[in-house]
Amino acid sequence: MLAKRLIPCLDVRDGKVVKGVQFRNHEIIGDIVPLAQRYAEAGADELVFYDITASSDGRVVDKSWVRRIAEVIDIPFCVAGGIKSVADAGKILEMGADKVSINSPALANPQLIAELNATFGQQCVVVGIDSFFDVASGQYQVYQFTGDESRTQKTQWLTRDWVAEVQRLGAGEIVLNCMNQDGVRQGYDLAQLKSIRDLCRVPLIASGGAGTMQHFTEVFSTADVDGALAASVFHKGIIQISELKAKLIADGISIRP
Amino acid sequence: MIALIDYGIGNLQAFLNLYQRLHIPVMVATTPEHIEQADKLILPGVGHFDHAMQLFNASVMKDAVVRRVTEQNVPIIGICVGMQMLAFSSEEGVEPGLGWVPGRVRSLKNALAHTQLPMPHMGWNDVVAAKDAPLFKSFNPDDTRFYFLHSYYFEPEQADFCMARCDYGISFSCAVRKGNVFGVQFHPEKSHHFGEQLLKNFAEL
Repeated sequence: MLAKRLIPCLDVRDGKVVKGVQFRNHEIIGDIVPLAQRYAEAGADELVFYDITASSDGRVVDKSWVRRIAEVIDIPFCVAGGIKSVADAGKILEMGADKVSINSPALANPQLIAELNATFGQQCVVVGIDSFFDVASGQYQVYQFTGDESRTQKTQWLTRDWVAEVQRLGAGEIVLNCMNQDGVRQGYDLAQLKSIRDLCRVPLIASGGAGTMQHFTEVFSTADVDGALAASVFHKGIIQISELKAKLIADGISIRP
Repeated sequence: MIALIDYGIGNLQAFLNLYQRLHIPVMVATTPEHIEQADKLILPGVGHFDHAMQLFNASVMKDAVVRRVTEQNVPIIGICVGMQMLAFSSEEGVEPGLGWVPGRVRSLKNALAHTQLPMPHMGWNDVVAAKDAPLFKSFNPDDTRFYFLHSYYFEPEQADFCMARCDYGISFSCAVRKGNVFGVQFHPEKSHHFGEQLLKNFAEL
């Protein structure tokens, strides 16, 4: 049976891993390569490296760390942040990443999804979506430039419409980051994930809100997502991957032991 | 010496690192001479079937690879799209495949149209190997898991070309073999200890 994936997300800035609490007040928590290695050994099913500043401040970001990671780990990994063109993506994949994830650049130029699909195949095109529940409108809406508070803005897209559009354009996987939940460790946004699951025919990864092991059980059993992404609970050692896997298996979730 | 065929596609670094960690001689092949020196070949592949076939057909190494594999029986393993290239054809494209393992590559999406399963098939899945399949030597049959990432699957013409099966809505051949030609749909280079053992087994054939 296909296993549900546990995916530590390492936010990267200037080649260092940082952790984010609602995207602000970052503190450096470690060198990227030994951390990646540690997670692969600990049983992570996949890793995501998210260059959090790249998309919002417009500079060319040094991604040579991608090659260093590829040299030490033998599980799949995805790189996100600052990938604005087919050429950018090609460089990352050539350095050894298995997938690239695009977010703001896809909103600015949706055709980029189709171009990446045509060049590298659907399987390496991940679209990240930052979704925020807007109390005024009562709707989930897509935000962009979330790496920089001063530039963060609401887009024209309702989350469910954008999810449909990125699939139409050829996305191979969707990471849905529920911003209201991000960094607060109160659990994944089950209601939203469940509603998106119903219209998502590509693998769906839950992001934002993991605080306890029970949250992982809930997100897999209630929202039927393909993977769950988390950062601080893993980085801070609040949850050990081996213990989490044992619990999920005991709870009847399909997991790679 | 194992040669990674560098015809312009696929991530060779992961294979290179893995074999170096195992202290098994490995090189990235870019010329016909490299292919002549090798006693095992790895054919990687990602992306679109036609794109991969076109790059391979245009490669300076193609003739040497064909000669080594079909005349001198040098073992070769195709990985992912590299495995699909071993078939006669693929529903993903129009280019002819190599035809070294008689079979056709089918669309998994079409096969799963009646289900709600997400596509592509992405993640770690159980693999059930045929008894005595050399690539799966020393595996625990109850715990053999590899990382998959694909939308097309190999349908061999004969059941005995199938070395291992995987279930995702349908049961499909995730590893094939005909003589010295091997193929796996999953990514051993991304499958941690399982992949390491499989690539070690290939090296020791």
